[in-house]
Order: sequence, then C-alpha cells, then structure tokens
Amino acid sequence: MIPAQFDYLAPTTVEDALVALAEHGDDAKIIAGGQSLLPVLRMRLNAPEFVIDLGRIESLRGVTEDGDALVIGAMTTHSDVGTNPLVAEHAALITKAVEHLADAQVRHRGTFGGALAHADPAGDLGAPVLALDAEFVITGSGGERRVSAADFFEDFMTTAIGDDEILTSVRIPKHTGWGAHYEKFVRVAHQWPIVAVAATVRAEGGTIAEARIGLTNMGSTPLRATTVEQALVGQPATDEAVRRAAESAAEGTNPPSDLNGDADYRRHLATVLTRRAVLAAAGA
Amino acid sequence: MTVTEEPQMEIGRDRRRKEDQRLITGRTRWTDNITLPGMLHLAMVRSPFAHAKIVNIDTEEAKKAPNVVTVVTGKDLGEEQGSLPNAWPITPDQVTPPHPPVAIDRATFAGEIVAVVVARSAAEARDAAELVDVDYEELPAALDLKESAEDKVLAHPDLGTNKSALWVFDSADAGTGGNVDEAIAKAREDGIVIEREYRQQRLIPAFMEPRSTVVDPTGEQITMWSATQIPHILRFLLAAVLGVSESKVRVIAPDVGGGFGGKLQTTPEEFITMVLARRLGKPVKFTETRSESMMAAHHGRDQWQKLTLSAEKDGTVTGFKVELLADLGSHVSLVGGGVPVLGAFMFNAIYKFPAYHFQVQTVLTNKAWTDAYRGAGRPEATFGIERMMTELAAGLGVDPLEIREKNWIKHEEFPFTTVAGLEYDSGNYEAATALAKEHFGYDELRAEQQRRREAKDPVQLGIGVSTFTEMCGLAPSRVLGSLDYGAGGWEHATVRMLATGKVEVITGASAHGQGHETAFSQIVADRLGVPFEDVEVLHGDTQVAPKGLDTYGSRSLVVGGEALVRAADKVIEKARPIAAHLLEASADDLEFKAGRFGVRGTDQGMAMAEVALATFAAHNLPDGVEPSLDCDATYDPVNFNYPHGTHLCAMEVDTETGAVKMRKYTCVDDIGNVINPLIVAGQVHGGLVQGIAQALWEEAVYDDSGTLVSASFVDYLVPTAADTISFDVDHTTTPSLTNTLGTKGVGEAGTIASTPAVVNAVVDAIRQFGVNDVRMPCTPERVWKAINDGGGGDGGATTEAAAPHFDDSGDTAIADGAPE
Ligand SMILES: Cc1cc2nc3c(=O)[nH]c(=O)nc-3n(C[C@H](O)[C@H](O)[C@H](O)COP(=O)(O)OP(=O)(O)OC[C@H]3O[C@@H](n4cnc5c(N)ncnc54)[C@H](O)[C@@H]3O)c2cc1C
Repeated sequence: MIPAQFDYLAPTTVEDALVALAEHGDDAKIIAGGQSLLPVLRMRLNAPEFVIDLGRIESLRGVTEDGDALVIGAMTTHSDVGTNPLVAEHAALITKAVEHLADAQVRHRGTFGGALAHADPAGDLGAPVLALDAEFVITGSGGERRVSAADFFEDFMTTAIGDDEILTSVRIPKHTGWGAHYEKFVRVAHQWPIVAVAATVRAEGGTIAEARIGLTNMGSTPLRATTVEQALVGQPATDEAVRRAAESAAEGTNPPSDLNGDADYRRHLATVLTRRAVLAAAGA
Repeated sequence: MTVTEEPQMEIGRDRRRKEDQRLITGRTRWTDNITLPGMLHLAMVRSPFAHAKIVNIDTEEAKKAPNVVTVVTGKDLGEEQGSLPNAWPITPDQVTPPHPPVAIDRATFAGEIVAVVVARSAAEARDAAELVDVDYEELPAALDLKESAEDKVLAHPDLGTNKSALWVFDSADAGTGGNVDEAIAKAREDGIVIEREYRQQRLIPAFMEPRSTVVDPTGEQITMWSATQIPHILRFLLAAVLGVSESKVRVIAPDVGGGFGGKLQTTPEEFITMVLARRLGKPVKFTETRSESMMAAHHGRDQWQKLTLSAEKDGTVTGFKVELLADLGSHVSLVGGGVPVLGAFMFNAIYKFPAYHFQVQTVLTNKAWTDAYRGAGRPEATFGIERMMTELAAGLGVDPLEIREKNWIKHEEFPFTTVAGLEYDSGNYEAATALAKEHFGYDELRAEQQRRREAKDPVQLGIGVSTFTEMCGLAPSRVLGSLDYGAGGWEHATVRMLATGKVEVITGASAHGQGHETAFSQIVADRLGVPFEDVEVLHGDTQVAPKGLDTYGSRSLVVGGEALVRAADKVIEKARPIAAHLLEASADDLEFKAGRFGVRGTDQGMAMAEVALATFAAHNLPDGVEPSLDCDATYDPVNFNYPHGTHLCAMEVDTETGAVKMRKYTCVDDIGNVINPLIVAGQVHGGLVQGIAQALWEEAVYDDSGTLVSASFVDYLVPTAADTISFDVDHTTTPSLTNTLGTKGVGEAGTIASTPAVVNAVVDAIRQFGVNDVRMPCTPERVWKAINDGGGGDGGATTEAAAPHFDDSGDTAIADGAPE
C-alpha cells in the first residue's frame, strides 16, 4: 500500500537532525531502518508530514569500547551487531538474540537503536539489554543524557525518548566470560517471539554465581525475572535446581493474549523457557 | 541422412523450466507492470463493518482532492455494474443473494467495496479514498458458522434464512450401495461406531502476486489484463453479465504469480475496473494491497464435519455418514457452493464402504466469501476419512496401516466402481504403501516411539498415516452437467507448424506458475520429433488461445495435455500425404519416427521441418490438399483421473510447551507417467508444505465483531523454507488408462494428502494422554492444552487478537478507514 505523502529529510549530523526535529515537532517521524516505521506508514496507521532519515549520520554507526562498557551506535544494523566480535566477547547475550531476530533481509536493514526506540515488548532486543543493565544515551538540543534500561522502557511502545530527542547509542556494561542464551519460542521462524527468555550467567565451577534474566513479550515492556535471578545465586547448574528457581519466572508479569496463546499459556512458557535458557547459558 | 541413434526422449527428463528466469526475476509482464497512455487508477473504499446499512456516502471532499477524476458508489453504478455470477448453483432451490460488485445499500462483510475513487495516480486515488465519508448503521452480523446455520442472525435479512443449499448423496438412493443408517445401527449392536466432529478452518490462498486488473476500452475490442487463473471463463462471464458481445472482449492473463484456487474467481474488482474503463473511455488499473488481498480475495475451506463411521469388530468398514456445514461467506462465489460437493465423491476414498451418505448444508455468513483453494473439496474429504480411519484403528487397538489395508481396494480389483458411483480406472495402494514404509523406516520409528513412551521422554514421537486418493482432471462435461455446473470440462489445443520448422503450441489451459510451457514443450518435442527449444507454448490470451477452460483441479496435463497430444497427432497425419507426395512414395509406406517421415525399407525420408517449409511455400502440394499443417483438438475426458499415494509423517511433540516439530516425511505418490520429474518434485514439495501449513500454522480468524484478525502475514502464518524439512519423495507408477500419456494430476496431491498425515502424527504422539483430536492449526497452545486437559483437544479457543507489532502508540493522525 502507498503511504500518505511526506517530505523526506536526510541530515548528515545529529545536530542537524535535532534542528529538523525541533522545527517539525509532532509532524515529524524519525526513520532508522524503516522495518517497523514503513509498515506503519504503508498501512496508514500514521501519516507524518516529515520523515527524518538518520541513515546518513555516520557517527551513529558501529560498536566501540569505552572502558567497562561497549557502545553500540543507534544506527548499527542488526546484522552488524550480530557479527561484531566485541559484542560476541563482552555481551554474548545480544549476539544470541540477534541471531534469531526476524530474517536476514530485516537484519540487514533494521537497526539496534530503531528496534529499541520502537519498544515493541515482543522485540528481541529489549530483554537482553535490560538483563545486561544497559544505559541509553539520548541526545536533545540541550545535550546528552543517560537513562538506565529499567527507566527507558516506560510502557507499550513508549520510551523515555522525548519528542525532540534522538537515541544515539546504547552502552552495555561488559559481561565478559558470562555464558548466555536466548530462548525464543515461535511457531514459524520469521515470527516475533510468542515468549522469549534472555539469560546470562556467571558460573564458578558448577555453581551459578550471578544470573541476569530478561523476559520478552511478558508484559507491556521487557521485564526482569529478578526473583529467579536471586534464587539462582549459589545454586548448582543442574536441571533440578534451575527448574525450582525458574518456577517463579512469571511472577509479576502481565503477558498479552493473542492468536499465539493466552496469558496463562505464556506464563507457563516463561517458566519452561527460563529453565532452558539458564541451563544453556550455564553450559549445562 | 539416416538416423542412427535414438534421440533422447524429452518425456521423463528433468528439464529446467523455460519460464523460470522471467518469473523468478520478475522481469516480465505482470499485470501491475502494464502502463498505458492516459491510464487512470482506482482505490477502493471498503466497509470496516461485517454487516452495516449504508446510510449515506459523502464523496464531495474526495472529489475535490488533487487529480481525482471521479468517485462512484454502488448507487451511482446501479444496474450497469451487473451482479457477480455463481456458475454452480448446487440445487435448484439454492438461495443466492444478488452480488453487486460495489455494495449498494448494505455492506455484508468487513472488506466489501462501498465506493471507488478514480484518480490520475494510484497514490492520489488512495489519498482521496481516505476522504470518502461513509455513514454506516451497524447491523447484527452472522459470524459463527454453526449459529448462522440456525438462522439466529441473518447475513441477508431480506432472504429470511442463511441456509443456501442442502446437497445430498445417498448410496441407497443412488443404487450404489446400502443404507448407512442401518449399517450404523447394526454396528452399534455388534460392531464399532466412531463419531467425531472436525473443523476445517478458514484459509487464505496467499498467492504471491496480489490481484491486479488493467482494462483498455480504447480499441474496437475491450482488452482486460488480469491476474487470473481463468481468462476464458472471465471473458465469457464479463460478456454475459455486462451485456457486451463476447467477441468485443479480449481477456489476457499475462504472467500470473500464483493462484492456488484464489484466482479462480470473477471478482468485484475486475467488474468495477471494466465498468469504469468503459464509462470513462480510458484505460484503468486496479492493483490490490496485501491487506485487501487478505480480507477481500476469496478464502478457502471453512467447514464443520460431523462424521460417523461404522465397522465390524474385525475392522471391516460397513458405513460412512458425512454431514457438513460449509461457510460460503457473504455471497455464493463463482464455484463456492460446489467446492464441498467436489468432496462428496471422495470421503469414501480408497476404501470399500458398502454404505455411504453425504450431505452438505451451505451457509451464508457476514465474512469474506469462500471458494476453491488448492484441492477444493478433496482435502476436506481426505482429512475427514484419513482421520477417521486412524481413529478406527485406535479404537480397535491396531496399526493404522493395517486397518487401511484391510479395507482398501486391492490392485487386482481395478477398475472399481465406488460407493459414491465413480469408476477408479487404476491404482496400486499396496505397492505405494510398501515402498513408503520402507523409505520411512516405519518399524524403527514405531520402536523409537515405544521407547520414548516408556521413558516418559518430554519429547514424544507420533506417526501419522494418510493413504489418499483424489479425483482430478476436471472434468467430464457430462458429469459436470449432471452436477448442475454451469460449463463443461473439455480442453482445447492447437499446434501450429511455422515455416522455419518451429512449433507454436496453443493451449486453453492458463498457467500461473505450474510450468506448462516446459512440460507441454516436452510432450510436443517427443510427439513431433522437434527440439524442445523449438516449441513455444502460448496461453492465457483469449485472442491467441480463443478456446479453453483454464487451469484448476489438476486438469492442465491430464485434460489439456491430452488435447495437445491429439492435435499433434493430427499434424502428423496432415503432413503425411504431403511428405508422401514430395518423396514420391505411398503414404502407407511412410513411417513417422523421431521427427522424420521415412520410406519403409529405404533411407529416403523427410524431416517434419522440411514438410513444414514445403507446406508454407505450397509450390508442390498434392491436389486438393490445403497449404497448412496446423491442427486443433478439443478433448473432453471420459472420466476423472485418480492419483493416489501413501504419506507417512513423524512428528515430535515437546510435551512441556506443546511445540511440534516435523521429524520425517515420506510420500510415495502414484501419479502415473511423469513428464518432468523436476516439475513434479516442485508440485509435490509445494503441495506438501501447503497442506502441512493447514495442519500446523494457517488460519483466517475473525473476532466477534467480524474483523479479520489474521489480516497480515504477522498473524496469518505462511511457512517459509526455514520451517520445513527435506521431504522424502518417491513414486510408484500405475499409468492412468484414460489418457494417452498415462498421466495423472499432481498439482493438488501433496496438499490433499499431507494435512491428515500431520494431524494423525500429532494426535498419535499424545494419544497416551487421553487425546483423540487437536483442532487445526495444531498450535503449541492447543497441543499443550490437549495434553493437560485430555479429550478431544477442543482447546479450539485461541484468543482472537492480533499481535500489535506495528501499532504506533503515542502518535495521532490515525487515518480513517485504514485496514484494521
Ligand atoms: C518481517 C519483519 C519481521 C520482524 N521480526 C522481528 C523479530 O522477530 N524480532 C524483533 O525484535 N524485531 C522484528 N522486526 C522488527 C525489526 O527488528 C525492526 O528493525 C525494528 O523493530 C525497528 O528498527 P528500524 O531500524 O527498522 O526502525 P524504524 O522502523 O526506522 O523505526 C522504528 C521506530 O523507532 C523510531 N526511531 C528509530 N530510530 C530512532 C532513534 N535513533 N531515536 C529515536 N527514535 C527512533 C522511529 O521513529 C519509529 O517510530 C521485524 C520486522 C519485520 C519487517
């Protein structure tokens, strides 16, 4: 279908993009990879007058190290994130999640920042960045501010990014040496997860020293399974111990009901998938 | 020159398809690629309500929008737009609501067209469509099939009922068998009776190329290009409905990107484009969006099946009673009412039932209309019987293959007249089953299944069986006539010998991805002894291929191919006296072999190409012989065509989540002689995936306000290669006796056979938990609930809501009338 008409702006610096955003405000939409925005426009669910493309701003692309953190530029494509050796080494959970995100075509267009800004609770990146305690770097005319992942996801498809701001990068604290697994439950391969569990674990010997668990599509935002995380500390990485800890995975969640399953079924899935994700992350 | 070596035969060769390059790259004449000078574009305004009175339509704003030529409503078009045809009234008293292409005073499903914008560009038409202001008064909608059959809410209040037609076949009445109620009553006393109710969910054909139509009214003849499977039928019906002389209408189906039955239709969009092009005197184009295709192009299947099977204690079947409810949607489509009737002759399948009763009640509802979808009637029947035979086996505690073998027609019993009155010409179910079992490793997988059960493995294994047959090659015209179908089932072919020795073949079949150009070239190459590359197959244009009945029902090869063989054979006979004359020999002494007329006992001879050139020059022809080798043939089949096969499927079920995973799929299809194994493999693989998709993934779901929830590929799950495994495909060969080449149809076989094989496997894996059915599609949620609740797996209730990935909350400017 054909989107309603809009003007297309393609700034080459973040400053110019911010100026354009300030000027057109409510009438403007940012486009990154377009993989979520274009369907919205084509189905005429939205009809902005201006579309501001971040694609020509070089500084928003790529992965760098900054001390204890990795910095992933907002415009880095899923496919570049997925094949980046720094990410694989220090934030393996993200590598694992990107592997199963959509299909190759979408991964070559869609961006890390775009997916997180879109904040679909079924998106594959929210739970991993939440589990890894990422920090979001948001830039406005007044400069940069940093928002923790816990505060970034406010509600269904709603984030802390203001109308006149741009998400410029995401800082991921290094989790070097942590085992990681992303357990995604789908009916067909190209689907968004019905439920997914992102788990990363630091094991000492056969014992779980620390665990971080994020849940995808279990509420209006990505969620942390903190009870499970705590219950796992000091436990052996065995089926029995992890099973027991994972039983509370759905605690405090509010999953949706749709064609793929109702809320109760999703709660059940969360416990099974959490067990599997943790065991796999612990290498058990 | 003498021929020393036998040239390689084309039939049986793995020829790459001639049409692949252009179809795969898309650099070809798809309808939407056609642009004509001064062409105007349409956008449709569609009802968001399942059932609503159209109180008023304000088109003023839309008319003022840039480059809008006009905006028309159903009232504006009135009688001029005609009423869309139903070509198969299945009973004389069928209730058939009138079907104006643009609704006039009432919208009858969500997606029905209520107004049309004509503009100079497609974008401007779409923009203006948003400005059409329709005042609706919502009416109660008939949505649920069972409730609608009880006339609780009427889809068309003025008709007084939703019941369109009740069609019955009874073997006692027809004299083809006994009384089924007696058989069932007897079995209740001293045998076994299996009673089940199955749901055939609604499906969306989901062809790759959305429908598109261009009409050019500027010549003496009106030309329509359309992405259709049926250019000939469309031309006839455009003329018949709109009162235009058939000779003034030319319909072209250029390259068409798939259909699966979904383009076996005469659509509102085609009629509207035609009517507006004629009104405005300018070329007009309409191309639908994917959303429009999902909600308004016809859907398939959608039945409730109440089935009662009786047998003796030893497993010998004694009767089968089939009572169907079939959802027509809001109108009786081109052949919609007839689709379940095509299943009437197939529920008895390969088994020797002494008594059989079939009835279908077709029902009008306020949903998209239904019609043919790959297999049309036969997948429903095959599902019903193959599920029931498996349930019978389970009821008796015997292997599902054993119960089938006990009851099927033995190979020495052909030809066999069935309890439904069809004569199966040939088949060998024993051979196909033996080969399939061997490939599959049936006994080893059964042993593994046992081990997993005993070990209480969280992943259980199930094995599903489907020993199917189908009737295809639609169809003997007399039979169609006896079923009140509005046309015949013959097919036409022409073979034209060009002066250069090249051959043009014209077929009335209308390919839309099947590979006719390749397979038909192979047939003609062998028949006339000309190189494969020298044969050009022309089709899909009523001016080039003036006669034909198009492509559906696995008919192109077995009906169209036979017409072609006959036309080619006529060419040889027409060339013979000319060759004899030129060779100064007696026609009786000529032998035609490998493209050459040879004089018996000499090395004298003449190639077909030489005869063609001599005929073209016409300098030296025998007296009274016309200077042409071209020949036509129109072939009306004497019988249907009965492919069969044994499909075996192993499914793993993760009992913790309900997730199902295919482990192995073996099929041994008997489709007679194979023209091109590569094309056949493509048809089998694609067919299997489509049938498997019904079992596991696809369902068109409406919510309780009548909005299609699975309205995009986010929620309507069409599988990709990533979701399937490598199938193990083989064949046995029992040639059909009803056509020269001994071929049988293969276009629908995989789809017909695979659905019950998969569901039987899923149920087999979890029958130990007290489960005897899982409703399709077997979603993990349904499977998990069946395991945990046991019983009939009626965890049918999925939540009728879409996954909202493209919501754009926090933003306003949500346009009116956007597809939901
Ligand atoms: C067929 C298909 C399947 C998919 N499957 C999955 C899947 O399985 N899992 C999954 O996680 N995702 C999936 N996606 C979504 C995919 O990940 C998208 O790439 C992603 O959601 C959006 O990224 P984008 O770069 O394309 O953003 P865009 O579509 O360009 O933008 C998305 C939204 O974010 C805003 N935005 C973008 N960048 C910024 C920024 N830097 N600052 C502020 N706002 C910004 C835009 O204004 C817009 O509202 C799928 C998409 C498609 C088309």
